[in-house]
Amino acid sequence: MIRFENVGLRYGMGPEILRDLTFQIEPQSFQFLTGPSGAGKTSLIRLLFMSLRPTRGLIRVFDRDLSVISKQELPELRRKIGVVFQDFRLLDHLTTYENVALPLRVLGKEESDYRADVIELLKWVGLGDRMHVLPPVLSGGEKQRAAIARALITRPDMLLADEPTGNVDPPLARRLLRLFIELNKLGTSVVIATHDIALLEQVDARRMVLADGRLSIFD
Amino acid sequence: MATVKKQPARNKIRNAVKAPRKPARPKLPPKAANAGGAVYADERKLRPTAAIVPPQSVAGRALTLVVAIMSFLACLTIGAVSIVWDAADAWQNDLVREVTIQIRPADGVDMIREIDKAVALTQEFAGVGSVRALSDEETKALLQPWLGEGLDLESLPVPRLIEVSIDDPSALDLNQLRQALERQVSGASLDDHSIWTSRLSAMAGAVVIAGFAIMALVMASMVLSVVFATQAAMAGNKDVVSVLHFVGAEDSFIAREFQRHFLLLGLKGGVTGGAVASLCFVLLDMFTRETAGQASSDQLSALFGTVSVSLPGYLGVVGIVFLVAVLTALTSGLAVKAHLAKAD
Repeated sequence: MIRFENVGLRYGMGPEILRDLTFQIEPQSFQFLTGPSGAGKTSLIRLLFMSLRPTRGLIRVFDRDLSVISKQELPELRRKIGVVFQDFRLLDHLTTYENVALPLRVLGKEESDYRADVIELLKWVGLGDRMHVLPPVLSGGEKQRAAIARALITRPDMLLADEPTGNVDPPLARRLLRLFIELNKLGTSVVIATHDIALLEQVDARRMVLADGRLSIFD
Repeated sequence: MATVKKQPARNKIRNAVKAPRKPARPKLPPKAANAGGAVYADERKLRPTAAIVPPQSVAGRALTLVVAIMSFLACLTIGAVSIVWDAADAWQNDLVREVTIQIRPADGVDMIREIDKAVALTQEFAGVGSVRALSDEETKALLQPWLGEGLDLESLPVPRLIEVSIDDPSALDLNQLRQALERQVSGASLDDHSIWTSRLSAMAGAVVIAGFAIMALVMASMVLSVVFATQAAMAGNKDVVSVLHFVGAEDSFIAREFQRHFLLLGLKGGVTGGAVASLCFVLLDMFTRETAGQASSDQLSALFGTVSVSLPGYLGVVGIVFLVAVLTALTSGLAVKAHLAKAD
């Protein structure tokens, strides 16, 4: 699905913060990306999401070489990937419902066609009674779930989650984790970037550990 | 595929105590489970979908005011051009429909006979309406401001005038008439005001060109204001643009979202400016009609006839409103695309 070969990344003229990354994300796989703070987890997530281009190496996304993918083709590929950011990135002027429905609006779908699906998903993530509320009123956990629902609404082939449990208490973290596992069972590849050891211990899954810019993989 | 690890019994108990009372294993809803059209109670509470780019984040009142002022100025220019154009047309029409034959006195020439000959000759030409020689009294009246009263026309070599009104300027061949008069009537010459009409049309043309140049400058300043405002709106909505990018929005979709606001803003500003300008035209018309007969107003009327904007002027105002709205939307769309292309 996504393949990295000897990928390196540096910002400007600074030191190389990711070095010689070689790995593959298989379809329907589940993996944790972990490592200490500042190890480059978010940068790697951004590389996976094509919002950064590597300074060296080869990245193949859905069997396409990233270096030859034009800017016009990026939206089409990004629609296959759902992202949950650490800071949620919900739009404060849109209700929870509208935030979750945003990817479908971008696809040009009619509101009457997706309304039922969005409400169903919001109920599934436990936000059924918060769908008319604006994000500033939501708690951290609710924002997190709204962000996850937005990433899932188009049933992407891959889900990238950057510290998805960083703002929630352990019970909710476990609940969110079960949600990701459920999604994975339905066929979506999941990559969860976290440094929450407790979360890692709960699931028997592939671990990708970033340290000093290098990646070690424990299957 | 991932599997949840078995937890120690103690952990299980602790988690069971802390865990909220929510379904333990949420099931992902089957895709399009409600495609059958089941109505939810929640649906009724949904507000009409809000704009993706918040309207208040797009430079609001100040830019609307700028667009309104620009459109007002452009409409005024169109109105002024329309007044001058109509007046020039009227002057030109009056001048084209009247020519004058002048018969200069010469020794041994019977003026009366020459005048009659010229009148008869002119009447034979196609397109000529009435031909009338100015009477002695009229000639004396014309000369009275310079030569005083009690003038004896026989004793002075005074040229005489024949006034020719033309019914159909296209049917009359003025050159042929001029040549015939010069050949057959001694001392006759034809004055067809062509110098005046060419000067008038040149002046009217210059005014129209100047008007359009002013309008182009006004529109250019408006376009630049919209470009700056769009850039400010893009900077203010950086988060929205980034979210739209990562949910897979194309640049054209983002541009359309901004463009929608600017089209509305352009329409508001354009209609306001156009309406105020039209009101000014109506008030000017009313004012000149009411003050008709007063010296200052008469001077204006002498130049421009009735100082009122004609139908093409008002159509021009509608055109300006349309142009302002379209220009505003197009400019903002292009500015967004340029900004996104640069940001990549």
